[in-house]
Amino acid sequence: MNFDFSDDQKQLRDQARKFLAEKCSPKAVRVVLDGKAPYDKELWKGLAEMGFLGVAIPEEFGGAGAGHLELCVIAEEMGRANAPVPFSSTVYLAAEALLIAGSDAQKKKWLPAIASGEAIGTLALFEGKGNPSPKNVKLTAANGVLNGVKKPVADGAIADFAVVAARTGPSGRENDLSLFLVDLKAGGVEVKSLTNLDPTRGQAEISFKDCKAEPLGAAGEGWSILTQVLDRAAVLCAFEQVGGSDRALEMGRDYALDRVAFGRQIGSFQAVKHMLADMYVSATLARSNCYYGAWALSTNAAELPEAAAAARISATQAFQHCAKNNIQVHGGMGFTWEFDCHMYYRRANAMALGLGSLSYWEDQLIDRMRKKNAA
Amino acid sequence: MNFDDTPQEAAFRETARKWVEANAPKELHAELSKSSLGRIRLAKHDIVDVGKAWQKKKFEGNWACLHWPKEYGGRGASPIERVIWQQEEGVYGKLTQPFQIGEGMCGPTVMAFGSEDAKRRYLPKLASGEEIWCQLFSEPSAGSDVAGLRTRAEKKGDNWVVNGQKIWTSGAHYSDYGLLIARTDPNVPKHKGLTMFFLDMKSEGVEVRPIKQANGMQEFNEVYFTDVVIPDSQRLGAVGDGWSVSLTTLMNERMSIGARLATGVPEMFEFCSNLMLEDGLAIDDPAVRSKLASWAAKSSGLKYTSYRTISALSKGDRPGPENSIGKLVSGMMLQDIATYAMDLQGGAGVLTGSDEETVQGQFQQMLLSSPSMRIAGGTDEILRNIIAERVLGLPGDIRVDKDVPYNKIPTKGRG
Repeated sequence: MNFDFSDDQKQLRDQARKFLAEKCSPKAVRVVLDGKAPYDKELWKGLAEMGFLGVAIPEEFGGAGAGHLELCVIAEEMGRANAPVPFSSTVYLAAEALLIAGSDAQKKKWLPAIASGEAIGTLALFEGKGNPSPKNVKLTAANGVLNGVKKPVADGAIADFAVVAARTGPSGRENDLSLFLVDLKAGGVEVKSLTNLDPTRGQAEISFKDCKAEPLGAAGEGWSILTQVLDRAAVLCAFEQVGGSDRALEMGRDYALDRVAFGRQIGSFQAVKHMLADMYVSATLARSNCYYGAWALSTNAAELPEAAAAARISATQAFQHCAKNNIQVHGGMGFTWEFDCHMYYRRANAMALGLGSLSYWEDQLIDRMRKKNAA
Repeated sequence: MNFDDTPQEAAFRETARKWVEANAPKELHAELSKSSLGRIRLAKHDIVDVGKAWQKKKFEGNWACLHWPKEYGGRGASPIERVIWQQEEGVYGKLTQPFQIGEGMCGPTVMAFGSEDAKRRYLPKLASGEEIWCQLFSEPSAGSDVAGLRTRAEKKGDNWVVNGQKIWTSGAHYSDYGLLIARTDPNVPKHKGLTMFFLDMKSEGVEVRPIKQANGMQEFNEVYFTDVVIPDSQRLGAVGDGWSVSLTTLMNERMSIGARLATGVPEMFEFCSNLMLEDGLAIDDPAVRSKLASWAAKSSGLKYTSYRTISALSKGDRPGPENSIGKLVSGMMLQDIATYAMDLQGGAGVLTGSDEETVQGQFQQMLLSSPSMRIAGGTDEILRNIIAERVLGLPGDIRVDKDVPYNKIPTKGRG
């Protein structure tokens, strides 16, 4: 059994960690947090130069053609650094949708642009409250144009193109849903930035008015493609969440070692030690589920839907748990803007919702386990 | 990343599989396969009898204690081969329950600290199941703080004379030998005055009494020592070094207890899939689904954590600290699951007989037994301390009795 990343993949992780430690310090993250830039352009350029944006994109489409295990280790580091760039929208969602369903021409147009850092992509799925579901998609597509409003769209204000979920049939059934590719710079769209929990990753409202769009994948296949994209993105986001969990745990541990109260290091009090031990437990469970998800993702295994849901649940819970208790370990200082704790708290809770909330994925896991048990 | 055996591992697995196929007591397969959350109930057989028969067969086939050196009754197998063997032994592994303390704790301690004569005399018979060993550490007033133990051993000529009491001794009533830690010097701080021995459980002055547990069952014993004589040749390690000897034993305990953990999740999933509530099946209820999914994700997290450990063994690396979470997570989960299953049963949940409404009371049994999972082999709190100190590098507890002679340490909380 070799249920671990290879030495090369671990080396890539170290390389990514080193790169991000240098180019994505908390100070750099704060430039975006404080609203002075919509995202870190320099970092985005650097990620392209390192080959990280296209690591899982085949060479024929301008990528490194490495694979998804390589993308997983980079994702973990992006989460650890709290990187203020549209990595998940572009790489996990838009690029994956193109890889699964794109025509040759669509792949040729967008994938090399993603790998080189020239194009930012996103997925426009949500329309107000609610979780991913065919019923919740009201935006219509007819005669090659889209009409409707998507909200919130992650990184929508800085994206060059979007994969848009649209209704192409009369009812809210799965086969009435189709996906479209929209060049957001070509007109027919109105984009408005929205304030959100985690300012280091923007959210937007995008209104489509007779907006030209080309189909991505076959008509009526939208839901089936979307499910695959969300499963793949769930594993990749889970790695970011695990990276964030580990960092929050480390911050709490370090503070507990440095801070003295009642004449002792606060890390010598069992109340604090046990809180940190529990954070370690959550982060470890999440990491192990993520590894299983990585295996399923990289081998395109039949187990992917179940593995992705378990990884998503476990990593969401771990990141929320670690980020929350990191603040608690810090006490009052953890509640200041100046300390970095809240950046992870914000990111953890925003990420918990991005691909559908925890309860949505819990529902998915039970459905998928039942399907397996029935088979 | 893959779940495959190396060619060498595959060949080993094939050999093991064929041997199990040809030799296992298949008539017990159905009973052993029944989910019993770690408990073994055999209708017509005594676990010690059938266990001894299986252990003897394994020993003759060179599969008993296979990670031990050949000269002491093992096979000289690698850690990953031991894991593969356990996977192939499957449900028949449950038959090894009476030997687990011996194989996992007493044997390794004798191997590390016993004389060559002692190793050759005792280890092969332990491996073959001919002689069963138990471990005599905990005392009524020394549980988590086992170094605070009171059982005294006093030197008289070439012998030691032991007086005191041990508790929570699994299998003491059918054991032939026991690994005993006792206080040999009460005038020095508690960790420094301990010495390790082994003794014949049939010695004069040894009295074994079963404990009736909170769940109504009797699985453990108290062992009383009254002027029990142990020859000095049965001392393990130097006089006063008992604490460091015991760390070898306890390290092995945590590894062996962590090996096969019940979580209650498969039982709960099946229960919720069949339970009809007022508005339909329990598994279609959003509140039930949410809890069940969280438990299922935890349980799969534990499974793949153990796979990471196995992978490290397969590469010949030392496993990381991640395996330390197993008992902590599964113990709490068992208790939570039992409580919630009974909540779903409503009023009938109070019944503990073979009622249809409660699926023969399996969750009620789980509820009553689960506290022990959170205590035996290190309480949840001790395990959290271990993670905090050894994994995260946080400071140890401030120990107020560290430099105080043992006989000056207070023994009562109030009055």
